[in-house]
Amino acid sequence: MTIPYAFIVPARLVHLSGVDVVIIVFYFALVLAIGFYLRGRANTGEDFFMAGREMTAWVAGLSFLSANLGALELMGWAGSAYQYGILATHWYWIGAIPAMLFLALVMMPFYYISKTHSVPGYLKLRFGEPARAVSAVSFAFMTVLMSGVNMFAMAKVMQIVLGWDINVSIWLSAVTVAIYVALGGLRSAIFNEVLQFFLIWAGALLIPILGLYEAGGWSNLKLQIAQRASDQYVHLWSGLGSFTNNPMGINWIGIVFGLAAVISMGYWTTDFLVVQRILAAKDIRSAELAPIIGAGFKMFVPLIVILPGLLGLAVLPMKLVAESPAAAAAGAHTYNDVLPLMLARYCGPGLLGLGIIALIAGFMSGMAGNVTAFTTVWTYDIYRPLINNKATDHHYVNMGRWTTVIGVLISIGTAYLVMQFASIMDYVQALFSFFIAPLFGTVILGMLWKRATGPGGFLGLLCGTLSSIGMWGWVKADPSALRYVALSSDAKQLAQDMFQALWSFLVCVIVTVVVSLATNPKTDAELTGLVYGLTPVPSVGNIPVYQKPIFWAGVVGVVFFVLNIYFW
Amino acid sequence: MVSIWFFIGLSLLVNGVLIFGAGLYELWNPPAHPTVELFSLHASVWWGALMTVIGAWYCYHFKPGQKNVG
Repeated sequence: MTIPYAFIVPARLVHLSGVDVVIIVFYFALVLAIGFYLRGRANTGEDFFMAGREMTAWVAGLSFLSANLGALELMGWAGSAYQYGILATHWYWIGAIPAMLFLALVMMPFYYISKTHSVPGYLKLRFGEPARAVSAVSFAFMTVLMSGVNMFAMAKVMQIVLGWDINVSIWLSAVTVAIYVALGGLRSAIFNEVLQFFLIWAGALLIPILGLYEAGGWSNLKLQIAQRASDQYVHLWSGLGSFTNNPMGINWIGIVFGLAAVISMGYWTTDFLVVQRILAAKDIRSAELAPIIGAGFKMFVPLIVILPGLLGLAVLPMKLVAESPAAAAAGAHTYNDVLPLMLARYCGPGLLGLGIIALIAGFMSGMAGNVTAFTTVWTYDIYRPLINNKATDHHYVNMGRWTTVIGVLISIGTAYLVMQFASIMDYVQALFSFFIAPLFGTVILGMLWKRATGPGGFLGLLCGTLSSIGMWGWVKADPSALRYVALSSDAKQLAQDMFQALWSFLVCVIVTVVVSLATNPKTDAELTGLVYGLTPVPSVGNIPVYQKPIFWAGVVGVVFFVLNIYFW
Repeated sequence: MVSIWFFIGLSLLVNGVLIFGAGLYELWNPPAHPTVELFSLHASVWWGALMTVIGAWYCYHFKPGQKNVG
């Protein structure tokens, strides 16, 4: 009998002391207390699903970032930094900042003015029910699946790092998230995400501080990495002239057009998991400022994610390897272990507990983000329009609470499914990112081009999604197809993802344009409030320049530019 | 309504005190064979103290009953 890979358990990485356990118990008690405290403030649909639309820019902005800052994100990208070097930073800078600023200044006014509850809800207003149905069903399906995949991955991490039983981790974290989201709705999720944001920074920031001290500063770190790996591990752009000059096997076209222009734009502007936090802002200025605040902090996340990976290259005595059954059986540490290894290297009693809750907090915020987004899309974009459109607001709130519990239970089921078939994890994560690219094409055409029609939007989204799945299946069935999909047989997995996203986006745009030109457009009056040029964008008010979103977007843009030049 | 910033202050304060206390204990009773690198820097002491100060400030500034709830 073959033992599933998921059950091969190497020796635990760290041992907790009494004070670490107290810190972890206090964390769980506090997040549950917040849920119970807020249960009385989630009685209407607006309260439960949109947090009453009364969040300040800071709360919405930090929550927006925190929902993305999951534990897999932290550990996965620290591992990628060890594997690929500083190139992984592209996913935090050019692969995030321009899109977040674009969301703030261009797209947010339309989401906000339309008073939609969700991104599929905007598609309904702009393109009609079929486009919303495709978007809502695929989003709900993938969200709950992703939640389960993340849950399993985190349980596995806790098993490896702490030796915790995988079932205990799954049920403890899932039940905690289910309780505080079902009680307090989106407001409870947002409050906990902001708390988790602070804990993640408090728990992870010591690693780069102490690591740089040990390495002898940034200049010495670069020298050590060049000796142990390659000089290209510390350059952002200089090795991107061709696929073979950098450790990631990607070129600048894939990064700029695939990552920055399509995947990043799609994720940060149309993935409802993150956009939902901004829709909860109290006014248009807060809604515009929130993504800018998120972008400001996002620029510095590489400090706690990428830098530990680079430091691992320089200071860890062992060589980490790719994850595989052979590596697991041999008890070897993998790339994904780099963050816990660095945590164990520097953090003694107390600090270790804080570092562990940083990982747990990252997981919980990511899972709560998935659950709240799923609950809202299910209730407002599937249940209400397709199953029961005449119920009371109270009924929909109850549906939201039950959907939270059911969504978590489905996630747990998915987690156990992944436990039996670990390769599902790779497929689900790849597919999820491919849904985003065509969705971005549909939303951006809907907002910026008044000639786009309902049939155009629907068929463009459908064809874009099918084309991305088709390309992915093509390369799976025939790996040599990579030279067509990614333009080079030297391309690696990440490069394939980037080009796949680019092509599916183009398919979506071309189909939408062609079908729209062949069908009858809506009148200008029908598009008011939904399309650029036909919508008076409300002013943020007569306020000093330093309080205006455009000013802070400029500041973030300048810092982003300087950072890219410095690490060229 | 209690401010979100108060909850954050409470979390930083409690964790800071626990970490600071653990750091002081290790400072006065150093292990014969430290299990972490850079033990001599006593990161738990100054990191715990910093978290305590920030947490206490947040708790005071956003204590329940204030208008700013975030």
